[in-house]
Amino acid sequence: MTSPTAGGVDCDLHPAVPHLTSLLPYLNDYWRDQVTTRGMTDLVSQSYPSNSPITTRPDWRPSQGKPGSSLEDMKKQALDPFKVSYGICNPLYGVQMVFSEDMADAFCRALNDWLANEWLDKDERLRGSIVIPTQSVEKSVAEIERCACDKRFVQVLMLVMGDMPLGKRVYWPIYAAAERHGLAIGIHAGSNYHNPPTSVGWGSYHIEDYVAQATAFQTQLTSLIVEGVFARHPGLKMVMLESGFTWLPPFLWRLHKFWRGIRMETPWVDRAPLEIVRSNIRFSLQPIDAPADPETLNRLLDHMQSDELLLFSTDYPHWQFEGDNALPEGLSSDLVRKIMIDNPHATYGRLKQSVIKEAP
Amino acid sequence: MNIQFRDRPEEASLVHAKTAIADCDIHPARATKTELYPYLAKRWHTHLETYDKRPYHGMMEGPPYPKAQPNAARRDAYPPEGGPQGSSLSFMQKQHLNPNNVVLGVLNPLATGQGIRNHDLAAAICSAVNDWQIEKWTSKDSRLKGSIVVANEDGPSAAAEIRKRAGDKNFVQVLLLSRNVEPLGQRRYWPIYQAAEEAGLPVGIHAFGFGGNPITASGWPSFYIEEMVGHAQCQQTVLASLVLEGVFERHPALKMIMIEAGFGWAPSLAWRLDKTFERLHCEVPHLKRKPSEYISDHIWWTTQPMEDPERRDHLFELIDWIGWDKLLFATDYPHWDYDDPSRVLPPGVSDANRDAFYLGNARKLYGVS
Repeated sequence: MTSPTAGGVDCDLHPAVPHLTSLLPYLNDYWRDQVTTRGMTDLVSQSYPSNSPITTRPDWRPSQGKPGSSLEDMKKQALDPFKVSYGICNPLYGVQMVFSEDMADAFCRALNDWLANEWLDKDERLRGSIVIPTQSVEKSVAEIERCACDKRFVQVLMLVMGDMPLGKRVYWPIYAAAERHGLAIGIHAGSNYHNPPTSVGWGSYHIEDYVAQATAFQTQLTSLIVEGVFARHPGLKMVMLESGFTWLPPFLWRLHKFWRGIRMETPWVDRAPLEIVRSNIRFSLQPIDAPADPETLNRLLDHMQSDELLLFSTDYPHWQFEGDNALPEGLSSDLVRKIMIDNPHATYGRLKQSVIKEAP
Repeated sequence: MNIQFRDRPEEASLVHAKTAIADCDIHPARATKTELYPYLAKRWHTHLETYDKRPYHGMMEGPPYPKAQPNAARRDAYPPEGGPQGSSLSFMQKQHLNPNNVVLGVLNPLATGQGIRNHDLAAAICSAVNDWQIEKWTSKDSRLKGSIVVANEDGPSAAAEIRKRAGDKNFVQVLLLSRNVEPLGQRRYWPIYQAAEEAGLPVGIHAFGFGGNPITASGWPSFYIEEMVGHAQCQQTVLASLVLEGVFERHPALKMIMIEAGFGWAPSLAWRLDKTFERLHCEVPHLKRKPSEYISDHIWWTTQPMEDPERRDHLFELIDWIGWDKLLFATDYPHWDYDDPSRVLPPGVSDANRDAFYLGNARKLYGVS
């Protein structure tokens, strides 16, 4: 087992909303009434069915309630054993799936307030991501502005499968708002299911959707790079969360090759895709889609040609590793330190800032 | 990539210098719009002139993402007698087959009935393209072998076309495109695999095609480069679908070739499939083996566009993970991103691996001497 370095950052933790009714205190009268009058059900996404084996490790599954819904369990199972100083909470509650932008906005606001009150207030190590109603850029920007004054929010969270490719110009005000407030953009596995979950249509199985997440990250990276997001926002950091990373080198070889061939189509891309990824894109450590042997893993890391790309994550409570083996065999202690401490701090500038407590 | 060759040396001086190769991805084109008419029933001539092909996208002419150059093909590949690139056998021989010493060339026609919404028209055009391949190409040059194209969205009709051509030595594979109405592991396509296995033919799955689905899981992107890069993601999903639906479990003799979609992603995809399968195997109890085992036993990969890392050792490590016996050299002639056989492999490859890469693997897979 590779030992964690104390004082690290766990960049991908998933606190679960127990039920839609848990958000009622954070909704206004109108939306509270909508939820109850219309008999709305819990917003659980097909991306992570509560009882699916990948949604929680068997030994982390609580006797009752959703996996990830107990702060005490998270402390005992993730924050304490890996001795982290910070844990970044990325709620995956299905608020982006609804088709009404007004409803999505109300649920996102409630979710962000719920996170601050029920989690961030209760453990000083916890930091948050601002969940936004992506289908309305105007409302997304307003929600970023509203939450950004709470310095415990360190990132804006989007799903990797949504309504449109994330590089599209219509989304750029979101990136400008994030950059303005020193927030990273986190892109997490999962779909709002407004489009088929693969680029060739609807498959049959949950396992297909999960395997396909990696390809969705690939198409989003292409979009973000070739649309010119990083020419406009050279300082913006984007973090691919629960994306896998062993696909990155061959993906970049291909993108780089076609960019050389047809860069006349996107002349505003002012740096090679490889360079853009090295300076602007980061990846959470889990899942590691590689064999367990250290030799192959180290070759793969060598193919990535940078030790600054990976950020430590447990992906708690999802089932990515056994026991305390969040760090794979064969990593040097220098690399462990970079993955756990240096790289996350270089990505999340807000971790260094003092947290201004909101008035009670 | 996009280079116009001037001062081309005389072909005679090149022939002995070059090792014999197989080119597993050549795109023959039609010289005129009506070149298929002799193989099509009269009613379809009128139909095409009135309604045209109606594919699963909106354009009456040309592709939704304009290519980087006309017909996505080399500007130096226009035949002297006229017509689009790839439409003249004699010029293909002069420009490509002879100087590059191609001893086996696999034809993959792209403008066929595949991806046409009217399935009767799709079947008629596919059958016509198959006749045309024999008459215009394979019967005139024994180095060239055809691919059976089929009305991909209509399984029974596609299977019938395969059975009609079974045993015909003009054809060495069944050809599908990667993008269809559903992922290719789905049941509507199963009759195709059944018929191919019975005929002892591998199934080639070439990048491209239209099935109505956006080319990302987040909708339609803006640029041609996104479509080009995106074919690798489509192909990964197609392969995952084939494995997870149990196509190889049901057809243990079936061989498939991933054409023009890269191979660099193969190890990572197989590892991801295996890891996820460990957790979720109870959802797919029809699978009796690990996903990576189906892939290594059933899948071959064409090489163009060649994986091109900065460091040569990274390429060799990648190929070690896949197997030197699984790669099939291809140029993609006459398309613009053509790979030149004399430049595609860096130095440092053993003679045995080089021979397998350029010719041996293709001969063995396609059963052509």
